[in-house]
Amino acid sequence: MIFEDIKKSLDQQFPDLVLVAGEDPFHFITIALNKWSRLARFLHNNKDLKFDSLHCITGIDNGPENCLEVRYNLFSMTHRHWLEVRIELDRTDPRLPSVEQIWRTADWLERETYDMYGIIFEGHRDLRRILLEDDWEGWPLRKDYITPEFYREMPVPKDKI
Amino acid sequence: MEHDVRKSSDNIIISSLDKLISWARSTSPWYFQFGLACCAIEMMATAASRHDLERIGMMPRSSPRQADVMIVSGTVTLKMATRIKRLYAQMADPKYVISMGSCATSGGPYWQYGYHVLKGVDLIIPVDVYIPGCPPRPESLLEGLLKLQEKIRHERPISEKLK
Ligand code: SF4
Repeated sequence: MIFEDIKKSLDQQFPDLVLVAGEDPFHFITIALNKWSRLARFLHNNKDLKFDSLHCITGIDNGPENCLEVRYNLFSMTHRHWLEVRIELDRTDPRLPSVEQIWRTADWLERETYDMYGIIFEGHRDLRRILLEDDWEGWPLRKDYITPEFYREMPVPKDKI
Repeated sequence: MEHDVRKSSDNIIISSLDKLISWARSTSPWYFQFGLACCAIEMMATAASRHDLERIGMMPRSSPRQADVMIVSGTVTLKMATRIKRLYAQMADPKYVISMGSCATSGGPYWQYGYHVLKGVDLIIPVDVYIPGCPPRPESLLEGLLKLQEKIRHERPISEKLK
């Protein structure tokens, strides 16, 4: 299915769903946060769309004055079409519904996004840090992250040695 | 008969216990088989057939209890640093550490902005030989290992104890 058809069938199912649609460099749609869990299930289950593969989840920090953002890259093995879904989040309390039970691969991808950006995926069954230690403080890929001077008595910045 | 006696007298070597021990240690320093990052690939290449570490008496051991040398081959993240400390403590004396590559020596490419990287493994454990490079070629690692063997050969474990 080409992107125009995908968008048409989404518009039919959810009126006012797509806030922005474009190509950058792949076709994407930006949607409101509260529509995501219904949309995710629809994208996965609808037999004409059948996005059965979630390639990637990306967290983005648009700067201290702006929002956080999550992007999902979906692919259909059956129909061989792509879609990118973008969701903007409030910086002070970034939460969105987990899709871990729809696409199993989202399990670790969401844990990584949580680890780096502190975005909380509600409904995830095992939301822990995945790369950093459990006692790590802060969210390292956020723009306002401050590198700690010591971690378990080991100096972190070079000039502390 | 005469021939036999001569032969056996040829086979006697007189040395000090000190020298014998350090010679024995230096010719078979078994290393701890673990890798941390890209440098580990070069360490594997050094151990494989073209460069062949076993010809200088080095053999990988999978347990810190059986290893004499720890080759810190790669980026020491802060998470791994806590494990390295522990593994080093588990190795039996005498033990030696080689810091392979610029990451293990000083943080490498992450020296400035690496929020998760320890800037040099010598901050947590003592290092015997540093090998520069990113990654060091197998030849450099071999050179470092031969330097370590030289260092071990010049140790005098017993007379140092008696001092
Ligand atoms: S020194 Fe270079 S090759 Fe070695 S672990 Fe660091 S980045 Fe990788």
